[in-house]
Amino acid sequence: MTNTRRYFHSHVKARIAALLSLPIAWLGVLYIGSLAALFITSIWKIDTFTSKVVREFTLSNFIDVLTDKAYFNVTMRTVGVAIAVTIICAVLAIPMAFFIARVAKPKSRPVLIALVITPLWASYLVKIYAWRTMMAPDSGFLNWLISPLGLSSPGFGMVAVIIGLSYLWLPYMVLPIYAGMEKLPDSIIDASADLGAKPGRTFLKVILPITWPAIIAGSLFTFSLSLGDYITVQILGGTFQMLGNVVYQNFALNLPFAAAVALIPVIVMFIYLGSVRKTGALDNL
Amino acid sequence: MNLSRTARIVLWGFMGFGLSFIYVPLMLVVINSFNKNKSFNWPPTGFTTMWWTKAASNSGVKDAILLSVLTASLATIIALILGSLAAAAIARYNFFGRDVISLMFVLPIALPGIVTGIALNNVFTNFFGGLTFFTIIIGHATFCVVVVFNNVAARYRRMGATFEEASMDLGANRLTTFRLVTFPMIRNALVAGALLSFGLSFDEIIVTTFTAGAGQTTLPIWIFQNLFRPNQAPIVNVVAAALIVVSIIPIYLSQRLTQERK
Repeated sequence: MTNTRRYFHSHVKARIAALLSLPIAWLGVLYIGSLAALFITSIWKIDTFTSKVVREFTLSNFIDVLTDKAYFNVTMRTVGVAIAVTIICAVLAIPMAFFIARVAKPKSRPVLIALVITPLWASYLVKIYAWRTMMAPDSGFLNWLISPLGLSSPGFGMVAVIIGLSYLWLPYMVLPIYAGMEKLPDSIIDASADLGAKPGRTFLKVILPITWPAIIAGSLFTFSLSLGDYITVQILGGTFQMLGNVVYQNFALNLPFAAAVALIPVIVMFIYLGSVRKTGALDNL
Repeated sequence: MNLSRTARIVLWGFMGFGLSFIYVPLMLVVINSFNKNKSFNWPPTGFTTMWWTKAASNSGVKDAILLSVLTASLATIIALILGSLAAAAIARYNFFGRDVISLMFVLPIALPGIVTGIALNNVFTNFFGGLTFFTIIIGHATFCVVVVFNNVAARYRRMGATFEEASMDLGANRLTTFRLVTFPMIRNALVAGALLSFGLSFDEIIVTTFTAGAGQTTLPIWIFQNLFRPNQAPIVNVVAAALIVVSIIPIYLSQRLTQERK
C-alpha cells in the first residue's frame, strides 16, 4: 500500500472530505454563495442614472414590493395561478392514477404509466408552443373544436397560462399519486367494503386520506414550478403577467429590486414546505 | 376492486381525457409541420414536406443543435463526477451537517429557475469577467448535479453496504472494491442520471437565458427567439416536431434500463 492509500484507509474524515470537497465547492460555495450575494443585493441601493448597484443599506426595495398595490396584485395573481394549476392537476391526476393503479389490468399498467411519463422528455418550449397552436384565437385547433358548440377559444391570457402550466406539470402529479395508490394493500379496501362502505365512500374515507401525502408531494412540483415561471406566461399570456415576468423585466435595470421580488416565490415556497412537512409528503418525493 | 358501472365509465372517461389532453397538442405540432399553410390555420388546406427540407438546411438550427449537444455533454460529465462523489459520501458515511448538505443538493431544482439564473448571472458578470460559453455549462451543471446525485444516492441506499464490506473482508482494497463491486452496482443509476441530466440541460431555457454569453444560442434559445417571427414559424414548427419525435430515444433507453434491472 502506498502512503496516501494507507492514510485514507485509516482516516474516515479524510475520505469524507476527499469525496465532498469538489461537490461542496461547486454547490456550497459557488451556488449558495451566488444566492446569498443575490439576496444581499436586495438590501442595496441603485444608481438610477447608471443602473449600477450602490452598496448602501436600504429597505426601500422591500417596502416597494410590500406596499405597492401593483406588486401585491401580481403576487396574489401568481399564487392564484399556482393554486389553480395544482387543483386542475390533482383533479385530473387522482382519477388517472387510481385508474392505472387499481382498475387497469396489471399487464397494461407499465404501458399506461409510460404514456403519462413520455411527455416529460418532450421539450418544455415545444409543449408550450403546441399550446400556442391550440389556443390561437381564431385559427387555433381548440377554436375549431368547440366552435360548433357555439363557444370560442379564450385566446392568450390567464386561462391559457393556467392550461399550459397544468399541461406541463401534470405528469409530476400523476407519478407520486400512482406510486402511493399502488402501495395500498387490497386488504384495507376489502375491509372497508366488508364493513358496508360503498366504493365512493371507500375512496373518500380510506383511499384519499392514505394517499394524501403523495398528493401533497405532487402539489409541491405543480405549485413551485408554476410560481417561478415566466416563459410560459410570455408565450401564452398575452398581456398577463406573473412574478417571474416582474423579476425578468427589472433584472437588467434594477437588480436590487428584482432580487427583492425574486424572494417572494422563495418565501411562499418555504411557507408551503413548512406547512406540509407534517404530512410526510417530503418522504414521497 | 368492485366498482359500479358508472364509476368505471367515469374513470375511463378521465383516463381518456387525460391521455388526449397529453397527446393531442403534440400530435398537432407534428401534423402542422406538414401544413402547407404558412400561418398554420386549422384545419390544414394541404400538405407538404417543404418545411422539413428548409429546416434541414437552416444553418441557425444546425449551429444551435451543435451548441446544445456540446453544452449538455459537458454539463453531464461535470454532473456525473460531482453527483456520484457527493452521493457516495452522503449514502455511505454519517457525519455532522449531512442533512444540510443533502438539502443543498436539492435546492437548484427546488428553487425557481429564474432565481438560480439571476443569482448566477450576478456573480458571473461581477466576479468572473462576464458571460461566455463556459458560464452556460457552469449554470447547467449546477442543476444537473442534482439529478445524478438523486439517482446514485437512491441506488446506494437500496443496495446497502454489505457487498462492499464482504469484498473488503475478503481482502480487496477500496479501489478494487469500487472497481469490481460498487461500480457495477451503480452503473445503471449513473446511466439513468446521465440521461436525465443530458435531457434537462438540452431543454433548459431559463438558466440559459441568464448565463449565456453574447451569440451563444442554444436550441431552446433559438426556438424562443424565433417563436414570434412569422417568417420563421414553419421552421420553428419543424424543429418542434423533430424534437417530439427525437424524445422517444431517451424513453426507449430508460425503458431498456429498467428491464435490465429486472
